[in-house]
Amino acid sequence: MQNNQLIQFTDHGMYVPQADVYIDPWKPVTRALITHAHGDHARWGMKHYLAHEQSIPILKRRLGPQQFESIAYGKPIQINGVEFTFFPAGHVLGSAQIRVAYQGDVWVASGDYKTIDDGISPAFEPVKCHTFITESTFGLPVYNWKPQVDIMEQINAWWRANAAAGKCSVMFAYSLGKAQRILQHLDHHIGQVLVHGSVQNMNEAYEEAGVHLKPTKKVDQSFDKNIFKTALVIAPLSAEGSLWMKKFEPYTTAVASGWMGLRGAKRRDSADMGFVLSDHADWQGLNSAVKATGAQRILVTHGYTAIYAKYLTELGYDAQEVATRFVGEQPEAEKQEEGKEGQP
Amino acid sequence: MKNFVQLFVQIDRTTKTNEKVDALAAYFNEASDEDKLWTIAIFSGRNPKRIVKTTQLKQWAAESAGIPYWLFEECYHIVGDLSETISSILPDYSSASSLTLAQWIKQMQWHEQVAEEIKKKWIVDAWKQFTKEERFVFNKITSGAFRMGVSTKLMVKALSKHTKLHENKIAHRLMGNWNPYTITYQELLFNEDGADELSKPYPFYLAYAVEGEVHELGDISNWQAEYKWDGIRCQFIQRKQQTFIWSRGEDLITEKFPELMAIGNQLKYDAVIDGELIGYKENAVLNFNHLQTRIGRKNVTAKVLQEVPAVIFAYDLLELDGVDMRQKPLVERRALLAKLVEETNVPQLKLSPVVEADTWEQLIQIRSLAREVNSEGLMLKQQQSIYEVGRKKGSWYKWKLDPMSIDAVMIYAMRGSGRRANMYTDYTFAVWNDNGELVPFAKAYSGLTDKEMAAVDAWIKQHTIDKFGPVRSVTPELVFEIGFEGINYSTRHKSGVALRFPRILRWRQDKKKEEADTLATLKTLIK
Ligand SMILES: [Zn+2]
Ligand SMILES: [Zn+2]
Repeated sequence: MQNNQLIQFTDHGMYVPQADVYIDPWKPVTRALITHAHGDHARWGMKHYLAHEQSIPILKRRLGPQQFESIAYGKPIQINGVEFTFFPAGHVLGSAQIRVAYQGDVWVASGDYKTIDDGISPAFEPVKCHTFITESTFGLPVYNWKPQVDIMEQINAWWRANAAAGKCSVMFAYSLGKAQRILQHLDHHIGQVLVHGSVQNMNEAYEEAGVHLKPTKKVDQSFDKNIFKTALVIAPLSAEGSLWMKKFEPYTTAVASGWMGLRGAKRRDSADMGFVLSDHADWQGLNSAVKATGAQRILVTHGYTAIYAKYLTELGYDAQEVATRFVGEQPEAEKQEEGKEGQP
Repeated sequence: MKNFVQLFVQIDRTTKTNEKVDALAAYFNEASDEDKLWTIAIFSGRNPKRIVKTTQLKQWAAESAGIPYWLFEECYHIVGDLSETISSILPDYSSASSLTLAQWIKQMQWHEQVAEEIKKKWIVDAWKQFTKEERFVFNKITSGAFRMGVSTKLMVKALSKHTKLHENKIAHRLMGNWNPYTITYQELLFNEDGADELSKPYPFYLAYAVEGEVHELGDISNWQAEYKWDGIRCQFIQRKQQTFIWSRGEDLITEKFPELMAIGNQLKYDAVIDGELIGYKENAVLNFNHLQTRIGRKNVTAKVLQEVPAVIFAYDLLELDGVDMRQKPLVERRALLAKLVEETNVPQLKLSPVVEADTWEQLIQIRSLAREVNSEGLMLKQQQSIYEVGRKKGSWYKWKLDPMSIDAVMIYAMRGSGRRANMYTDYTFAVWNDNGELVPFAKAYSGLTDKEMAAVDAWIKQHTIDKFGPVRSVTPELVFEIGFEGINYSTRHKSGVALRFPRILRWRQDKKKEEADTLATLKTLIK
C-alpha cells in the first residue's frame, strides 16, 4: 500500500495519517474510531475512543471507564481537515461504517455489516465512495441466508417442541447483537425467556441506548426448576459445557450462527441443533453492498479475502486483499470473541 | 422425495439410536413398498447406479449459480462435499416436486443413457424444484455417493418394529447380493425361496474387545481360545454345487480366490463355514499386506496364485447339509466342523487351531507371543455360546495385542472432509532419517479429543509455511504418538515403509520435535 493513501494498513491497524487517527486499532493508540463494540474491533487500551452514540453504553460495559466521545449517524466531524461520518452498518446496535473524505477522495471502512434489516439495529445504508474496505467473513457463494422470519419460525418451532416435551431450550448466541435479535423475535407465549448474566449485561446496554427489548429474566438461584421445562435460555457460546448449565437439566441445546449453514460446522459443534442466523452479510449481501458503493477500488479484509478479492477482480474491480487482525477465518471466531469479553 | 428427505434430516440430526429407529419405523409405516425397498437399499450402501460424472455436475452447478468454475472449486475445497457444495450455491427454492423417492430413481434410470444435453437439462431442472436439503439428498443419490450412519442393526430394529418380524430373521433377509432394481420389497423381506437364497450368507457374529482383566471372565475351562487372524473374515458357502465366498463387508469375493474352489469340490455336504481368508505359504501365515495386493487386483495371475496362496482358517460351522446350526452350542459346532475339515481333506481348508491353556496366566503368555505367528491376538469364546447375530456382548471377546506405536512430528495438515470441512484434521507425520531430515511416513486423523483438535487446528492456522489447495505445510514442531497395527517394507512410499491402520494415540505436548523417533527405529518394528 502506498504512503499517500488516505487510509493505510499498519501494524497498529487502519490508520488515517492526515488526521492521525486509527479505525478499530488492535494496539494501543491515542485516537481510535470504533466501528462497533465487538471484541476484535473495539480493544482496550486506547487513550481516546470515538464511536456511535448507541455503541457507547456497550463499550462502557466491555472496556470499563474510558474517554468516550459519541457521534450520531450522518453527522460529519472534521479532524485536521479530514471529514469523518458514521453510517449504519446493520451489524449490531451502534455499528457503523466510517466514511473518510479528504480533498475529494472518499473511503468507506465497513467494519462488520449485514444488508438485511434485523429490526433492532438501524438498517445498513449504502454509502458512495471511491475505495470501499469490506469484510468478507462469509464471502463464498455457499453462504446464502434465509429471511429472518423463516429462521425465527424454525427457532420458535424448536422451542415449542422442547417445551411440549418438558425440556429446557438452551440457545447459544453472541451476547452482543445475536442474543437481542433472537429474544426480540421469539414467540414469548411459549414460555419464559431467560438470559445468562453476560447477555443481561448487554441487554441493559441496549436499554440504556434507548432500545426497548421484550422482557427477559436473568437466571439465578431463586428459580423454581419447573420454569426451566418450558423456558428458553439465551447464553453465550462460552457457557457451553459449563457447570452453569446443570440446573437446566433436562435440556437441549442449539447454536445460532452463520457457520451453521455448512453441515461440517454444524456436526462439529456439540450443540444439538444449528440455526443459520448471522449478523454478517451473506454472499449476495456482500456483492450488492460492494456494487451500491459505486467504488472502483475494493479492499477485502477478514474472511475469505483472497477468494473474494479474486472474484471482484474478475468482475473488473481494482480489488486487493488486506491482512487485518479482525477475526473471521475460522468458525470458532464467535467463541473466541466471546472469550475476550471484558478487560484483558 | 419429501418424506425421504425429512427422514434423512431426522436421522442426521440425532445421535440417539432410539430416535433414529423411531424415525425409520415411522417412515416405513407411511411409505409405499417401492420407497421402502429403495430406502433399505440406499441406507445399506446399495446405491442406484450413478448416472452423471463429477466433473459434469461441477460444471453444470457453476453455470446454474452464475459463478466462475474456479470459484466453484474453491467452495468445494472448503465445504469438502460435492453434493453439499451444489446444494448450497443455488438458491433455497421452495419444494415443488411431489415425486417420491422411487419415482425419482425411476426417472434417473430413464436418463442414464440419454444424450448429455438432455441429462443436463433434467438435473438442472430438478435442482430448481428442491429446497437445499432436498437438493443435497438428490445429489447424493444421482452421484451414487449416498452414505449415511444407519447401521444394519438400526435398520433391522426399525424394520422389525414395522413388520413385526423377528430381528434375526430380518438381519438374515437383508444379507447378500439382492438387487433393488429386480427384487420387490415383499420378496426381500418375506419370500424365502427367491433366486438370491442360494448365495445368502448369515449375519456375522462380531465380538467386543475384552474390557478390564481377563480373569473377570471366570473359569477358563468355560472358554475356548483361538488365534485372531489378520486376514479377511469370510463366509464360505457351498450349496447345491455352487460356491460363494462373502467378506464381512458383504462383498462377494468368490472370483478373486479361484484356488478355494477346491474346497467346494471336496466337501461331502453342503455347508456354510465362518472363517478367515489368509495368505499362507510354506506352513506359515503371511502378513496381511500380501493379501491386500491380491484384493486390489483385477485379474488373478498365475504369479499371484503362487506368491500369495489363499487358504481359509475355519472358525465355525453355521449350516450343515441345509440345516441352520447357529443355535447349537459352540462345542458341538466345533466338533462337527473339525470332522468336516478332516474329511474334506484339502490344503485350502484348515481348522483354526484352539489354543490350549490351563490358567489365564498361561494364556496371557501365549497372547504376548501371538505376533510371532502373524496373529493379532486371541479370540475368547464361551464353550456353550450360540452363534449370535451382529455385535453382541457376553459370550465372544476379541483380545488383541496392544498396537505398536512411535512418536512422530506433524509436517502437513489437510482440511477434513464433510463434517470437518472447516478444520484441519488430517495430518501427515514424519520421523527423522540418518541425515537429520524429517521423512513423512504416515497419514492419520482422529484420536484427539474435540478440544485438542480445535487447539491443533488453531495452531496450524498460525504456523502455516505454505498452502497448496486444501493442504498446508506447517512448522515441524508438534509431536504425536502414532499407533498402528502392522508395518512392512514398501517401495511406493518415500519412507520405504507402509503402516497398517495408523492413528493418533496421543498428542505428546511434553516432547520436542528432536525427541521424535527415527526411521531406523521404525524399521526395527518390521519382522
Ligand atoms: Zn462484529
Ligand atoms: Zn469483525
